[in-house]
Amino acid sequence: MKLLNYTTKYFAAILLFALLIFTVIFYFQMLDEIYDSLDDGLENQKILVINKAKKDPSILHKTSFEDGYYTIHPTSYSQIKEVKDSYRDTLMYMLNEKDYEPVRLLETAFRQDGKYYKLKVITSMVEEDDLIEDLFYSILWLYIGLVVGILLLNNWVLRRLWQPFYSVLTKLKNFNIEKEQGIDFENTNIEEFQLLNHQIKKLLQKSIDSYKAQKQFIENASHELQTPLAISLNKLELLAEKEELSPKNIELLASVLENLERMTRLNQALLLLSKIDNKQFVEEENLNITETIHQIVNDFLDFAKHRNIEISIVGKNLIQKHINKDLAIILFTNLIKNAIVHATLNSIVKISIEGEKINIENIAETGKLDEQQLFSRFYKVNTRKNSTGLGLAIAKAIAEKYDLKLTYAYQNKHIFTVSF
Amino acid sequence: MKVLIIEDEEEMLQNMKQTLEKECYLVETATDYDSAFLKIGVYEYDCILLDISLPGQNGLEILKELKKRGISDGVIIVSAKNSLDDKLEGLHLGADDYLPKPFHMAELNARIKAIFRRRNLKGNTFIQIENLKIDIENRIAFIEGEELLLNRKEFDILFYLTSNRNRLVNKTALAEHVWGDHIDQTDSFDFIYSQIKNLRKKLKDHQAQVEVKAIYGIGYKLVSL
Repeated sequence: MKLLNYTTKYFAAILLFALLIFTVIFYFQMLDEIYDSLDDGLENQKILVINKAKKDPSILHKTSFEDGYYTIHPTSYSQIKEVKDSYRDTLMYMLNEKDYEPVRLLETAFRQDGKYYKLKVITSMVEEDDLIEDLFYSILWLYIGLVVGILLLNNWVLRRLWQPFYSVLTKLKNFNIEKEQGIDFENTNIEEFQLLNHQIKKLLQKSIDSYKAQKQFIENASHELQTPLAISLNKLELLAEKEELSPKNIELLASVLENLERMTRLNQALLLLSKIDNKQFVEEENLNITETIHQIVNDFLDFAKHRNIEISIVGKNLIQKHINKDLAIILFTNLIKNAIVHATLNSIVKISIEGEKINIENIAETGKLDEQQLFSRFYKVNTRKNSTGLGLAIAKAIAEKYDLKLTYAYQNKHIFTVSF
Repeated sequence: MKVLIIEDEEEMLQNMKQTLEKECYLVETATDYDSAFLKIGVYEYDCILLDISLPGQNGLEILKELKKRGISDGVIIVSAKNSLDDKLEGLHLGADDYLPKPFHMAELNARIKAIFRRRNLKGNTFIQIENLKIDIENRIAFIEGEELLLNRKEFDILFYLTSNRNRLVNKTALAEHVWGDHIDQTDSFDFIYSQIKNLRKKLKDHQAQVEVKAIYGIGYKLVSL
């Protein structure tokens, strides 16, 4: 959930709760006030009626409301000695509404000329259900209005307020340490964001520096290793030419040579990787990829034949790409070589060129490979003696350099796809 | 044949020197460009092996100097950098070849021989070992004047082995030379063996006085019978 919606959600919940409490309190307070003023009015009318009765005793026999708002019944002292002013709600048939409606009624008693009378005064009253309904609707509209208002406000104000934050977020999302571009931060007046930007800048610079240093180290180390490796290899070759060596010693020498060569390959692969990373392959030409693949396959025919593997190329679609020729060759060599090396004996390695895609498929004993790990450096499925574990990492680095998509899929066989 | 090696790494220098002396070349050495210039000024060499990454100096300057002086010695650039730019610039400045370190001695040998051949092209484009004769230009091998029918790979192998006659040729060096650099990471070089087997059979069928001898685990050697 987004930050903006998150705050809105909380606001909506809190508002609902607060408005509910407010409504209840407000309702009862209002009702209380209404009763209070009704009752005051009734009391005033009581006094008016009593005063009128003193002047005009004829009203003392008005026993039904009819067109008036009061009734007076003669009564005896014993019946009213307990009676005090009492207010209550009751129902009365209203002609205009054609229904019983609530009215407020004051019942009291008074004495005139030694006789006792019971007086009832009424006044029409608030219809509570109507009041509640009205109140409910106004509160509902208020609530909706507030929520919409908050939403708009959030979207407008908060978005503007958080804009520097979102801008940093987008930049971080697009940040790629391999591209060696820092991030330009927007200026902001908000202290927290200034601090955030500052800290991110510091962290990024640290990462970039250590990434560069690491890359530099690999390159320097591989570079420095070349010479001692060359010397050792050549010395051993010279030694191997000596006639006096026994077959046993030759065998030992062969093993040392083999391992040194393996180390050389590893070293060269690392050097190649850091060269690709450092963008040291500048030269580009419009290369016929289809033709290049045919050439590479041709180079590997003897090797494939030795493993009794058939290489079939399907599709003649012409694919052209502006690319460094050496890197293109290395990319497809690594993929094709991989397919041949890992293919089951006596199987077929199929290379299909369809549209802008090149699939390289081989059947192997190993099941699905770990897609996450597959293209990382030094990933090995089985500890093959001569594998550097860098072939696919190099292929991936080349593919990324030229924005090609190199993907892996498993459908009872391993399929590597390069999409142009 | 006179060869000058310009290389600051003493051990590397000795390796190359030993290898080339086995081929009975006259080998001179220099460990920096100043002494190299002195030698170049005095003698004429058939081939110069030039390490272009000596500390503090740019080996390509030597090439420019050579070109300026009109010296057309065959130059092979040797470099641990394996940089395409250096290679292109070096070749542009008149170097004949570019050999990245580390390299196999057999490869160095073959490259030097190729330079010698190119420089002495007028006469000899044939190699004769016992009764085996190789026509380099037309890529044909003969035994006792009779053509030996070889496929491209077989010819390349035979030619490479004759360039390194009587020397042990590492099978990696052979594979890289014949099948290209990219073959190097394949699981094993056993697949070379089938080509060697065919070559051997053909040599034997024609009663060649040379044979390809396998040195267990390391490689092959062309020896006279």
